[in-house]
Amino acid sequence: MNGTAPGSIRGASVLLADLEKKYDRTNAVDGVSLDIRSGEFLTLLGPSGSGKTTTLMMIAGFETPTAGDIAIDGQSVVAMPPYRRNIGMVFQNYALFPHLTVEENIGFPLKQRGVPKAERAKLVGEALELVQLPGYGGRHPRQLSGGQQQRVALARAIVFKPRLLLMDEPLGALDKQLRENLQLEMRRLHADLGITFIYVTHDQEEALTMSDRIAVMNDGKVAQVGRPEDLYDRPCNRFVAGFIGESNFLPAIVRSLEDDIVVAECEGVLVRALCPARPATGTQVTLTTRPERLRFADTLNGHAPQNRMSVTVTEAVFAGERCRYMLRAADGTSMVLKEPSSAAIRRRNVGEQAEIAWSVADTILV
Amino acid sequence: MPYLLAAPLIVFMLAFYALPVVAMLMRSVSDPVWTVANYAALPDDAVFLKTFANTFYTSLIVTVASLLLGYPVALALVRAPRWAPLILVLIMLPFWTSVLVRSYAWMVLLGRHGILNEALMAAGLLERPMRILNTPLATQIAMSHILLPYMILPIANALRQIDPSLLRAASGLGSPPWRTFLQVTLPLSMPGVAAGVLLVFVLALGFYITPAMVGGPREITISMLIAQRVDQLDWAYAATLSAVLLATALVLIGAFYRLPGVGNAFRMNAR
Repeated sequence: MNGTAPGSIRGASVLLADLEKKYDRTNAVDGVSLDIRSGEFLTLLGPSGSGKTTTLMMIAGFETPTAGDIAIDGQSVVAMPPYRRNIGMVFQNYALFPHLTVEENIGFPLKQRGVPKAERAKLVGEALELVQLPGYGGRHPRQLSGGQQQRVALARAIVFKPRLLLMDEPLGALDKQLRENLQLEMRRLHADLGITFIYVTHDQEEALTMSDRIAVMNDGKVAQVGRPEDLYDRPCNRFVAGFIGESNFLPAIVRSLEDDIVVAECEGVLVRALCPARPATGTQVTLTTRPERLRFADTLNGHAPQNRMSVTVTEAVFAGERCRYMLRAADGTSMVLKEPSSAAIRRRNVGEQAEIAWSVADTILV
Repeated sequence: MPYLLAAPLIVFMLAFYALPVVAMLMRSVSDPVWTVANYAALPDDAVFLKTFANTFYTSLIVTVASLLLGYPVALALVRAPRWAPLILVLIMLPFWTSVLVRSYAWMVLLGRHGILNEALMAAGLLERPMRILNTPLATQIAMSHILLPYMILPIANALRQIDPSLLRAASGLGSPPWRTFLQVTLPLSMPGVAAGVLLVFVLALGFYITPAMVGGPREITISMLIAQRVDQLDWAYAATLSAVLLATALVLIGAFYRLPGVGNAFRMNAR
């Protein structure tokens, strides 16, 4: 496991400036600007058709932007063909060469770079060890399982020590268990190699667990960029709030402003929410809260969160580690509340009246 | 029992194809009495040896020519989807025309006062018309043209099955287009190449109309020799040659099928 000592390679920085890709009429990517730092693990997260893969393909050089610029380490690469960009890439379907052995597949990028045979064998051996497949060099890709094939693809993408690694839903075709193992392995690789990772996925959980930062994409645009906890705790618009995790959306009217807090009337009660913007009094707004941050007020002894509301339980589902309740507020808005399950907590019945409470910090105006 | 659906065809093939072929082949060992003398005589038969060698040589040239001409067309067919319909029509149009008509067309093109000679003279490249018709070259040109689709289609089929992400992967890993072609596209298309080579070579071995019409009487092929002997009512000799031709084709097909991936190339493909 040498030659890849921590920090031996400095990751590339990538700058996307107003990147745009038009197909006929539609804008697959519509003005994406991102500043990806050296050594960062950045995930492009979004539903299918959000432009995340197209963005990645433009960075790799397989698609040409119709406008905007891509700079790697300050140098524009838009006019550079993919084979000169020196970027590692892992595809969703692995894209291993079926006529070559595992060894020859991993050695492929080295061969293109004129690495002598002996050196090549050594580097391939190291790469195989890095992805925990030593001794598999002589096999053909079809003799490997999906997870093993993806490890080979990973080895092939990093063996030539690129400073930037692109991954297009690399775990999409694998089952859950394997996916979770490989997620951890990729995090470890990222930490060991010190190179920049740009990762595309539609799986928000995967994005949250693996990334340093996530760029949520929708309709060809970046909806929000930030650390996983920022996106989860402070979604800046309805799309992000709904796409990452589950959210309750409550219609409300702004009544007054206090410092950085908005007091809004919602379902007949006053609710306080964090809001960096300063909406005018009387504006129609939407407040969001996370289901697991709502509590039944009578289970909270001692500290009392500021926001409270009376609701009716309309559905109660026991789901093992937690209970999931559907609630109806005074004006008819439905909400979800997730309560960690415990034999010590009384389960609510459908039709029951209850008071729920949650803190101001968990209430966001979007 | 779904294979019963094939029964009418099987009966038809047995009655009108298998039986006559077997009956014909039997004549090589039973006419006029049971003997293997016809076969025993072949190694010393100068006419047979020369004709057989000539047939093989012609088939080889035709195969190589259609491979060199056909591969780029197959590649264009797959890689330039916008032009694919046009290319396909251009390939299939002659394919749907009778071999006889096409051979006549080649006579017109290649004749002493044919279009090719006239054009070469008009361009100042030739002073006197060149003799092309009734030479082996004419046979090779015309046969290559007629057999090209058999080369193009299997190769195109193999190329179409190459996952496009492999080409992207190769490029992303630092391989310029020409190296990607040599290292990825070409090796992965080999089953199609082998299938095309086999089809063209075996079909070329048995070609009759085209060499008879444009190749002239001097450089004859096995099938022309068979026809000659049938005309002379020498059925036993004709049957012996037919058996040798059939055996050669079968041996070649068997050998090619053992190559990895070739069997697959003949399988029907939905894509």
